[in-house]
Amino acid sequence: MVGTAFNANHLGFLLQGAGWTVALSLIAFVGGGAAAFLVALARVSPHRAVRASAGAWVQLVQGSPLLVIMFLAYFGLPTLGIKVSALAAAGVSLTVYVSAYLGEIWRAAIESVPRAQWEAAECLALSRTQRMFKVVLPQAVRLATPPTVGFMVQIVKNTSLASVVGFVELARSGQIINNSIFEPFIVYLIIAAIYFALCYPLSLWSRRLERRAGTTPTEATTRLAHDPLLAQS
Amino acid sequence: MTGFDFSVVLERWPLFLEGAWLTVRLALAATLSGFVIGTLCAAGRRSGHRWLARACGAYVELIRNTPLLVQIFLVYFGLSSIGLQLSAFTVAVIALAVNAGAYATEIMRAGFDSVNRSQIEAAECLGLSRLQVYWHVVLLPAMERVYPALTSQFVLLMLASSICSQISAEELTAVANHVQSDTYRPFETFILVGAAYILLSLLMRLGFWGLGALLFPRRRRLGTSL
Repeated sequence: MVGTAFNANHLGFLLQGAGWTVALSLIAFVGGGAAAFLVALARVSPHRAVRASAGAWVQLVQGSPLLVIMFLAYFGLPTLGIKVSALAAAGVSLTVYVSAYLGEIWRAAIESVPRAQWEAAECLALSRTQRMFKVVLPQAVRLATPPTVGFMVQIVKNTSLASVVGFVELARSGQIINNSIFEPFIVYLIIAAIYFALCYPLSLWSRRLERRAGTTPTEATTRLAHDPLLAQS
Repeated sequence: MTGFDFSVVLERWPLFLEGAWLTVRLALAATLSGFVIGTLCAAGRRSGHRWLARACGAYVELIRNTPLLVQIFLVYFGLSSIGLQLSAFTVAVIALAVNAGAYATEIMRAGFDSVNRSQIEAAECLGLSRLQVYWHVVLLPAMERVYPALTSQFVLLMLASSICSQISAEELTAVANHVQSDTYRPFETFILVGAAYILLSLLMRLGFWGLGALLFPRRRRLGTSL
């Protein structure tokens, strides 16, 4: 046996990696959230072409694994003449991934706002933009909050895939440590524990929000419950 | 900048086909075992035994709050550290099944919760045996209600099986990695593999749709989910 046992230095390195995991999650949530908002709006657009292209985007992204998107960004973009760092590749792929899934969650929330609300707003002579931003979206936000928090768990977990393009977040720093001390089981158990510590509070928060929002099962919540992503959040 | 050249990548189609076949086998094996684990754990969570319910709950929370990548490594290194030398395929199936089982548990639990108590009481009054009640009144209607969520989850599982390339299970993504390092055509390779995954997920959805029509004829007749 060469090398040393797992020590405080290693733990410090893992925590540093965890910091990057959090940073990457935030980048993915902010960037992906902005893109998802556009996707959701496009999905309920009155123009058929806009609706169809947003739908195609969602189908494309939801039909291919994040890992492949990650490889495409990291290895593929440079061959197109675009230089990307590991962080940029991971950020872009996660943004693409989040835009499709979160976009669908938010579209479901927008569509769950009762039709009568639209009609009432129309009767008050509000323009389409006013109807969307002053009447529908504020109600949709309330419906969308619990599943959105639930989806943040997915984001944190999926940042682990950035390790395959060499970005040193939590999973990758674990691999690096393991390469020097070769104690895979211990190292990965600690990594799993750190991920759990990051994700479990979000899961609990999401569940609490859900309970508070959904004491009476409305049409909206049943519809949201049929979404696979919400069922898993 | 050179133009795209898909031909050198397409030349290796037998490799891709082999990888895709392994992906399909991984997905099928993990779907079946994940479904069985999920149904058992959902029943366990609802059972009167407090410790069984707690254990099932802990399993679900532990799996759903840690990344699949880490779970795969844990199974891979954990099994070999206790002296079990298994093939990468077996390890991948075990890890995927354990992962899918946790998600399936939550979905099946929602299905079980949706079965009205009075239905079970009515079935008991009709003199159905415990097993009959469980099968006809609880399990099948519960499954019918959560079928869309369940199948979407399994499509996600198929996509997630790409992560098994990290423990050198030679499925589609692993093949893509070899091909791109051979041909220096990463863009073309991953575009093609992405398209292959999209095709696979469409086929899988089509298959589930057919299976659903076969399993739940009532749904087909009414055109609604109960």
